[in-house]
Order: sequence, then C-alpha cells, then structure tokens
Amino acid sequence: MNAAVSPVVVAGLDHWFGAGEARKQALFDVSLVLDPGTLTILMGPSGSGKTTLLTLMGCLREVQAGSVRLLGTELAGAPEPVRVGLRRRLGFIFQAHNLHASLTARQNVAMGLAVHGRGDPALQTRAVEHLLRLLGLGERLDYLPDNLSGGQKQRVAVARALVSNPALVFADEPTAALDKESGHTVVAMLRALGRERGTTTVMVTHDNRILDLADRIVTLEDGRIVSDTGRSRSSRPPVRAGVNDPTSPRGDLPSATAATSG
Amino acid sequence: MAKLLGRLFGRLPIGWLQLVHNRTRMAAAIAGVAFANVLVFVQLGMLGALEGTIVATYDPLRADVVIAPGDAETLTDGSLVARSAVWRALAVPGVAAAAPLHLAKVDFTRPDGAIASLQVYGIAPEAEAFVAPALREDLARLRLRDTALLDSATRGLDPDALAAIGPERPYVFEVNGLTLSATGTISLGAGFTADGALVVSDQTFLRLYGQRVSGAPSRVLLRVEPGAVPVAVANAVAARLAGEPVVVSTLEAAMEADLAYQTTQRPVGLIFGFGAAIGVLVGIVIVYQVLSTDVADHLREYATLKAMGYAHPFFLGIVFEEALVLGILGFLPGLALATGIYAVMAGATGLPVEMTLVRASAVFLGTIAACAISGAIATRRLAGADPAELF
Ligand SMILES: Nc1ncnc2c1ncn2[C@@H]1O[C@H](COP(=O)(O)OP(=O)(O)O)[C@@H](O)[C@H]1O
Ligand SMILES: [Mg+2]
Repeated sequence: MNAAVSPVVVAGLDHWFGAGEARKQALFDVSLVLDPGTLTILMGPSGSGKTTLLTLMGCLREVQAGSVRLLGTELAGAPEPVRVGLRRRLGFIFQAHNLHASLTARQNVAMGLAVHGRGDPALQTRAVEHLLRLLGLGERLDYLPDNLSGGQKQRVAVARALVSNPALVFADEPTAALDKESGHTVVAMLRALGRERGTTTVMVTHDNRILDLADRIVTLEDGRIVSDTGRSRSSRPPVRAGVNDPTSPRGDLPSATAATSG
Repeated sequence: MAKLLGRLFGRLPIGWLQLVHNRTRMAAAIAGVAFANVLVFVQLGMLGALEGTIVATYDPLRADVVIAPGDAETLTDGSLVARSAVWRALAVPGVAAAAPLHLAKVDFTRPDGAIASLQVYGIAPEAEAFVAPALREDLARLRLRDTALLDSATRGLDPDALAAIGPERPYVFEVNGLTLSATGTISLGAGFTADGALVVSDQTFLRLYGQRVSGAPSRVLLRVEPGAVPVAVANAVAARLAGEPVVVSTLEAAMEADLAYQTTQRPVGLIFGFGAAIGVLVGIVIVYQVLSTDVADHLREYATLKAMGYAHPFFLGIVFEEALVLGILGFLPGLALATGIYAVMAGATGLPVEMTLVRASAVFLGTIAACAISGAIATRRLAGADPAELF
C-alpha cells in the first residue's frame, strides 16, 4: 500500500432510479479504488451507468447502498454541510458546459474560486486570467457564454473546475458536445494541467485518441464494471482506515501557485 | 447598481447580472411587480378614502367625552339623547363643560339642479370649546339668525365661488324652505354618505327642522377638567346615566368604533376591505409568479453552483438580491402610477384619495417582503435536491 491514501474508494456500490414499479437498478456492486495523481478513463455504452457513478463519486448524488469514501470521508449518510465542504474540493466538468449564462468567462471561472471565500481579489483575478490565457481564452475574458464557441465554453468550464487547484477532477464526457478537434484540445489541456498539478482525474470519454493518455481504463456495462485495465497496486481493497488524508489541504484555498503554476 | 449590490452582498452581484442579462424578462418582471403595487395601492386608496371621510365627520368637533344614543353606530345615525344628560353629566366630578350637538342631513338643490346632501352640525355659537380652533371665530358669527358655515369642498359646487365666501360676501342658498347665508366655510369634503357639510347654530338648526326640539340633541359633548382622565370621566358619567338608553365613551373611542363598524359591517366598507385584501393577495401571487419563474429559469445554473460547493444561503442571497432589485424598480413606477390614479379618482369623486407616506412605506416593505418570501419559497426545491437531479 502506498503512503498516499486513495482519494476515492468505492465499495459495493449499488444505485437505483425511480420508485415502485419503475424502480430500476443502474449500478450493481461497483468497487473501485483510485490512485492519487492518476487519470482514469471511464468507458462504456450509453446508459451503462457512467454518469451515475461519476455523480455518486463527486458527491452530487446521495449514496443509497454501498460505500464511497471521498478524500477520506464516507459519503453514505454524510450530512449536507460535509457534502458541501467536499464539493468545494472537487472540480466537476459536466457533459454540457453548464456555464452561467449571465456571467462572463472571467466571472464564471471566478465562481470556482469565490466558493472558498473572498480571499485576495487581486490574486484571484490573476489566477483566473492566468488559467483562461493558458487555455487560449486570453482574448475572450469578458465574453458571455452565448458569444463563445462550443469548444471555448467547454474550456471555460475546464478553467472553472481547475482554478481552485482541486485534489480531484471529475469530467463527464467533456468533449461530447464538441467537434473532434476542439474536443481533443480540451482533453489534452485537462490532462496536461492535471499532470502538472498532480490532480487525480476521472474522465468519461469515448475519444479513442486519448485512451493512451490514461493510466487506467475502466469499462462499465449495464451498471457493472466489466473490464479494468492498467489497474495499479493500490487497487486492492483498502486495508487501512482512519489514516489522515494527505491530500486534504490542497484544494482548500486558492493559493498563489494557482496563478503561477503551469 | 451592480457595484452597490456587490458591496451590499460582498460578492459578485449575480442576481443583478441575471436580471440584466435578459432585459425583456426583467422588464416584464418589473411590470408585474409594478402592476401588483398599483392594484394594492388602488384598493388601499379606496379603503383609506372611506376611513378619511369617516374621520372627517369628527374633524369640526373637539370633545373629550361623548354621550351618544344607545342605538348609534356612527356619528350620523342613531336616535336622540335627552337633554337632561347635560345637567346630570355636569354634576359628575371631572366634567368641565357640556354642549348639545344636533345632527341631521339636508338636501340642497345645487345651481345645476342636482340634489346634494349636506351633513348639518347644529351647535350653540358660544360652545366654541367644542369646535376646531379654525372654526371658533366663524362659529361666534352664527349668532346671527339663518347664517351658516358651508363646506368649501362640497361636491358639485364651484370651488372658486365657495372660496370667495366671507362675512362681507355671503353665499345665499335655500334648504328646507329656509334661506341661509353662508358667512364662512369649513373644509370637510364629500364623503360616501354626504356631499358636504353645513354648520349652523342650534337655533338655526331648530328652524331648519321644525320637528326637532332643543330638549333632544343628537349627542352631548363633554370637556373634562384639566388633569382629568377622559376614560375615567366617561366611566363615571356612564355610571351616573346608568339605565338611560345612552352610550358614554371618549370621542376617540367613539371614532374608532365608528371606523371599525363602517369598514367591517357596512357593505361599502366590506367591499373596500375585501378589495384591499384581494388586491394584496393578487399582488403577492403576481410577485410569487415572477420570482418563482425566475428561479425555475435559473435552476440549472443554481444546480451547477450547488455542485461546485455553494450552500443554500448563497442561493437565498441571489434571490433576495433579485427581490430587492425587482421590489425597488417595480415599486417606483407603481408608486408614480398609483399617485396619478389617486389624483384622477379624487378629482372624479371628491373623495380624499391620497398617497400617504405610511401607506407608501407599508406597500414598499410589503413588496420587498413578498418578493423575498416568494423567492425563498421558490428556492426550496433547490434546497432538498441533489445537484445531479437538477440538471
Ligand atoms: N435521473 C434518472 N432517473 C431515472 N433513470 C435514470 C436517471 N439517470 C440515469 N438513469 C438511468 O440509469 C441508467 C444509467 O444512466 P447513466 O448513468 O446516465 O448512463 P451513462 O452516463 O453511462 O450513459 C440508464 O438506464 C438511465 O436510463
Ligand atoms: Mg452519461
């Protein structure tokens, strides 16, 4: 077992949608342990449960049965304030960009920092602008989402997810709405930034060209994991519980490194 | 505005940015709030006019305690009081002075041929302590037989002609077969039951109404000794007159009871009170509709922010910010429009339909509160849901 504790440990996770007659199981006994600093790609046909698993790991959906330990905290039955606190330490990139239509690119990204408190405005502005420039949006800082192309919007969403330097990034088909080329650009950028910052990343994608970037590829079918390649040592069931989580302070506050790294 | 809100809320003024992002919808929302305000103002204006005209009937009078017949519900109805109540009340410790007051309505044929109804106050010219200070000088002149003070705001009479009335320029008119000269004016205004008022001496009153006698006035007004408590004196007088078919109360209490009766028991008052309640209700529904539609329209964006780790108070803050903006921007045109409508209503009816600071403030605070509560209710859906369920 590594010294670093797994940022995500999923064990025996089941999930259902609907109630009564319409109740339908979407996940069956899913177990997964992620290594820190790796890129895991989640694959599988449409409806296989990828989004469900990602939103459960990302604290966006309530755990019904089984266990998800996120950054050392059990999500099953976790009270709302704990869940809110954990969400702040993640970056989530949605299938649709989900940008706030009334806010400019700069303001959208700033929302990713502001959630941590007011901080130093000058520093925050620098971090936001730096990241947007890095993603090739230096000329679009004050554009509203409506005036950006699909690829540009998704890049703003990437910047929003990464700006607070989160320990974990979840991306749900970040390229689905994009043409191949801009899709690949977005993923490559996400990968580069993640690698540089040692972020643990889970990405749902069908883009074959980036499979070689992955440390690990997990495939779901009908709510079950059917293949798991590039599986690492620590993916054995967790043996130690209650170990301090060394990754916890990382994503907390926007630091000057957010502005200068990369 | 954005800067101000940013400072007020200590964050990016998202609510404001959301509103100005869709200006058409913002205009519609402001129009909705303004309309709700106008609706409430018009209804409250009518109710206020009714209350104003009731209070106005007490305006010429100054008294601490009033003895009214037991069957009286308002100042202008009820049977008569035995004049002996005057002497008996004067014997009660604390009573300084007493004056009989005669009340009646009289029809008056206006120069244009229409019939106007005047509320007549008959009171002794020397009872100056029982009338408003502005009337005292004029009251003394009413010793002259068949003179009167005519309401300068009588509905349907030329206001300029009324304004010119003076001891040297009397206004001569005929009522109940008697020719009266108005040598002064009072300002009462038209009400729901009368078109104006007339003040005459008790002697002239009895000449106007042959069947009325000085032994049976409509009310007996009392003044208390300096330092005496009117309520205590009223109780003492009531005890002294126990067994008589009269009600003794402070003039203040009589007016409150009159107001309560006319606004809640009489059809006119019921209709206006009901109208005001419906107006407020419809206003709240409109405001709720505006805010909840807005929240629904932004639910996806809020869900995203929630997924990023924003907690419920943050969304309440956004909605309150919007409520504040819509409340203020909707109130201002609503107030302006309502003030204009009041002027038209007052001009057409002669009723005292006026914008008051108290009413404007109450409607403003009510608007902000309705907006904020509506927004808070509308965000409840957000509070319980997992972000993933909202996309
Ligand atoms: N909100 C929902 N309500 C009901 N069923 C859902 C809901 N979300 C997903 N499902 C069902 O759960 C299964 C897995 O869905 P999902 O996780 O979205 O798959 P994927 O992301 O792999 O396409 C599908 O059968 C889908 O129909
Ligand atoms: Mg999906």
